[in-house]
Amino acid sequence: MAKEIIKIENLKRYFKVGDEIVKALRGISFTIYEGEFVTIMGTSGSGKSTLLNTLGCLDTPTSGEYYLDGIAVKGMGKNERARIRNRKIGFIFQNYNLLPKTTALENVELPLLYNSAVSAKERTERAKKCLNEVGLGQRMLHKSNQMSGGQQQRVAIARALVNNPVIILADEATGNLDTRTSFSILTLFQRLYREGKTIIFVTHNPEIALYSSRNITLRDGRIVSDEYNDDIQSAEEVYRNLPVEE
Amino acid sequence: MNVSNLFKIAIKALGNNKMRCFLTMLGVIIGVGAVIAMLAIGQGSKNSIKAQISEMGSNMIMIFPGGDTRGGVRQSSDDMQTLKPADYEALLDQSVNIANITPTVNSSGQWVNGNNNYPSQAQGVNTQYLDIRQRKVSEGEMFSENDVKTAAKVCVLGKTLVDNLFPGGTDPIGKVVRFGSIPLTVIGVLDEKGYNTMGQDQDDLALVPYTTVMKRMLAVDYIQGIQASAIDENRTEETIAEITDILRTNHKLRDDQDDNFTIRSMQELAEMINSTSSMMTMLLAAVAGISLLVGGIGIMNIMIVSVTERTREIGLRMSIGATGRDIMTQFLIESILISVTGGLLGILLGAIATWLIKLIANWPVQIDPSSVILSFAVCTLIGIIFGFYPAAKASNLDPIEAIRYE
Repeated sequence: MAKEIIKIENLKRYFKVGDEIVKALRGISFTIYEGEFVTIMGTSGSGKSTLLNTLGCLDTPTSGEYYLDGIAVKGMGKNERARIRNRKIGFIFQNYNLLPKTTALENVELPLLYNSAVSAKERTERAKKCLNEVGLGQRMLHKSNQMSGGQQQRVAIARALVNNPVIILADEATGNLDTRTSFSILTLFQRLYREGKTIIFVTHNPEIALYSSRNITLRDGRIVSDEYNDDIQSAEEVYRNLPVEE
Repeated sequence: MNVSNLFKIAIKALGNNKMRCFLTMLGVIIGVGAVIAMLAIGQGSKNSIKAQISEMGSNMIMIFPGGDTRGGVRQSSDDMQTLKPADYEALLDQSVNIANITPTVNSSGQWVNGNNNYPSQAQGVNTQYLDIRQRKVSEGEMFSENDVKTAAKVCVLGKTLVDNLFPGGTDPIGKVVRFGSIPLTVIGVLDEKGYNTMGQDQDDLALVPYTTVMKRMLAVDYIQGIQASAIDENRTEETIAEITDILRTNHKLRDDQDDNFTIRSMQELAEMINSTSSMMTMLLAAVAGISLLVGGIGIMNIMIVSVTERTREIGLRMSIGATGRDIMTQFLIESILISVTGGLLGILLGAIATWLIKLIANWPVQIDPSSVILSFAVCTLIGIIFGFYPAAKASNLDPIEAIRYE
């Protein structure tokens, strides 16, 4: 039996907007095991962003339980949640969110700067290793604004890997990229999946579910389907067959 | 999170906006520079007044005829004649606190030597005048007690008079010059002192026995003033009280009558000048302080803009594990770095400005180390105070909203 990385039970999240109560999540339960590549799908307003924020320890549920790597997140204070984000979670955003005018290497080092247990030397070594992993070994000293979208997203992925997280949370990670670059990034995600990383990929694009191992679909704050994918397509193959744009 | 990492982050962030950073600093630089330069001018003028006064004799006491004129007018012209040689003699006999004492009687007129003449005064004094005013005779000698007794026709000239009456460097000793119609033999030349802070030529001076001025020049029986020095400058107050007693007895004043003389001490004068100059210094420093305050507000302004502009960066830092405290510390370090660097450059600017003032205007200036420490401390404080609000604002951001901020 694989290790439980994420376990949520009857998770609810209500917001108060004016006099109205918006029920973003109306009772969600699932367990994600180590080594899974899960896509969470849903239209806008389905509650997927709220779920992602909760899974990422940025938000706390109104009710229900959340265990991340066996630790109960509910009831944690702000600082404890910041610490758990720093040690256990790797975030990847749609718009990359790299620091401007800053080199790839420094961007990747950033999470480790907030971890005083990591020395300066170890920090640089780990950042370099992660950049090599995402194929940017030659561009470590390029500044973020000198790179293409795909390269920037690779830097962001390296940044998400550098703290050896138990889970990688990607929010529309290919949303800003053209098809070809999207597939090259997906190829990278699939490689990380094969290497045993646990990944949650939130998207509204149903096509991406073909390349993950499990797909959870949300609608109106509830799970409408939770299916394992027995026939994972290869993103690399698609990438190879795509015509190179002139 | 260790602070040295936050320092690196803060320096990096400031480096990304060098021009803005420098302009923000400029407010502090000018503020601190101005405070230091103003305090240096104030301290310098205080020091030079102090030096001047101690050179003139800080234990000096001056007695003038007539009552206190503060808040009123003198009663009559007779009042100006209330001091007699007998008062001087009484003080000389009875006072225990007075070290040296001289009557003063001055006559204005023209000094003449052949074709050369010079308008000045003849100061009638006794031999103790030199000790009271801390002057020396550099050539020849001072007139004697006997010269005073006999109202001898002798004089001791200051350098300015010598230069004007004996152009071409003739030795004046033993020569006879005229003051008005009275011939006087030059028996000595006073040491050269130059101008004092108030711009008076301290060498434009000729000393004559006071009896000579009274009897031969003015033909009066009163004296214009008495100058004395206390044995100890710390006992000036007691000396003044003693002089008041002796003079009141001598003048047969009843208890309900006001003094018909006025006593001023050099210490009083020093305090008066000092308080005026302190007030000016405080005023200047206050104006400079306001510019420092404006500089601080500039820091706050830029930090607020910077926080808004970097909302997404803050959101990102929080989502990858920065605590509110980390963010707050980072922004506080940024504002303190701006203010402290500005402060250091301001001290440099203040020192240069002070040096230029000394060089160009030739004012006495002195940078007081306490003013440097003070303005530096104020600067750091300004960085903390004006950085606090923006830093707190940054640390209170919600990472969920901040990361999606456009």
